[in-house]
Amino acid sequence: MNYNWNWMVFWDPSPDGTGTYLYTLIRGVYWTLGASAAAWIIALAFGVVVGVLRTSGIGWLQRVCAGYVELFRNVPLLVQIFLWYFVMPEVVPESLGNAIKSADPTWSTFWTAVIALGLFTSARIAEQIRAGIESLPRGQGMAATALGLTRPQAYRYVLLPITARIIMPPLASEALNLIKNSSVAFTIGLLELTGAARAMQEFTFQIFESFAAATVLYLIINILVVAGMRYIERRLQVPGYLGAAR
Amino acid sequence: MNGFDFDTIVRTAPYLFKVGLVFTLKLTFLSTVGAIVLGTLLAMMRLSSSRLLSGVAGTYVNLMRALPLILIIFWFYFLVPYIVGWVTQAGRPIAVGGFTSALITFVLFEAAYFCEIMRAGIQSIPSGQAGAGYALGLNYWQVMGKIVLPQAFRNMTPLLLTQMIVVFQDTSLVYVLSLTDFLGAANNVAQRDGRLVEMFVFVAVVYFIISYTASRLVKVVEQRMAIAR
Repeated sequence: MNYNWNWMVFWDPSPDGTGTYLYTLIRGVYWTLGASAAAWIIALAFGVVVGVLRTSGIGWLQRVCAGYVELFRNVPLLVQIFLWYFVMPEVVPESLGNAIKSADPTWSTFWTAVIALGLFTSARIAEQIRAGIESLPRGQGMAATALGLTRPQAYRYVLLPITARIIMPPLASEALNLIKNSSVAFTIGLLELTGAARAMQEFTFQIFESFAAATVLYLIINILVVAGMRYIERRLQVPGYLGAAR
Repeated sequence: MNGFDFDTIVRTAPYLFKVGLVFTLKLTFLSTVGAIVLGTLLAMMRLSSSRLLSGVAGTYVNLMRALPLILIIFWFYFLVPYIVGWVTQAGRPIAVGGFTSALITFVLFEAAYFCEIMRAGIQSIPSGQAGAGYALGLNYWQVMGKIVLPQAFRNMTPLLLTQMIVVFQDTSLVYVLSLTDFLGAANNVAQRDGRLVEMFVFVAVVYFIISYTASRLVKVVEQRMAIAR
């Protein structure tokens, strides 16, 4: 088979004139990590609120939050991104829509991706928070109430700190999912890692070198995130609880 | 924006459903079936006592699970013609159709996820059952085929079906290959008629209805099976 391998292609200058192809890929890593980090903050904030409210015992609130989760879980992420990117600017008031459309395209795609990824992930985190809280013995909440804590205090000081430790492993894999999912943002033009590799492949025709480089970079990111989450998990462990004594 | 144009949807619905949705559903079913078969084999490899087999399967599964599906789609889109060319001794890359390429990609990718489900399923069967099978003189394939796997499939049915819904949603990513799946068909119309709002909202609603209904049905199946035990 005559495929011309050329591993030196990474040192060739890229057509946008900013540096080498390697630099294009590294910048892709920055966009991937930046979008994932920003989306992670949104996902955690919304996920915790929705997850807590689903255990609040207030009927209508629980139903609204269940609807929120179902909405974001049952529509493919790609479709959600398109909704935020193509549809949202058309249905908001015209002045806001025009402001979005005339914004710097790089940043508007970035923030669109962040919002879409953040809300998509928040529904999944909400489910984990809810499952985590429901897995606690009922006595925990009752003991907190018996000590005179209000309900918000019971969540803040008793239920959530334990839940956070229980759901660390699934939360870690959700963080990895988020990083992988951020590749979908390439469809609206964000040059994150997959997009950068795709662009490099289209310019250089060095298909396998480009994708191999992206693969290696994704694996490195994965390993670092797993190590980071393990470190946080260890630091948060309460001695004598949840298999901490290791 | 001047009003939501339902007419576009009504006019293009036959195309969207007959071409787009049929493509999506065909890809979903075939990939799921293929991925369950391959995933079960991978799970058996991962659980085998051979270091080599479990190492190969483990590496494959972890690699697939560490990478974004879009990247895998690109990999196989370009790699499959070379592999086919190599297998058929043609000496040059052989072009394969978009559907075939997507199907191969999804089978290979989703097999990693189905492997993890089937691994849990096989491990959920007490090892004494396999031991009893061997004591009766059955060989490995008989023990697996007649004792362990039927029960593992039964225990894992809800998870397998849930993963199938994930596959259904994942197939929308063939958009990056410009294939005419449900989203791709809607996108074609949206670009041609300049009706992006209508098309993408409609696509979202249809995906929602199908996924939501399917996940409710999975819950029903789960409850039925729980009672039967």
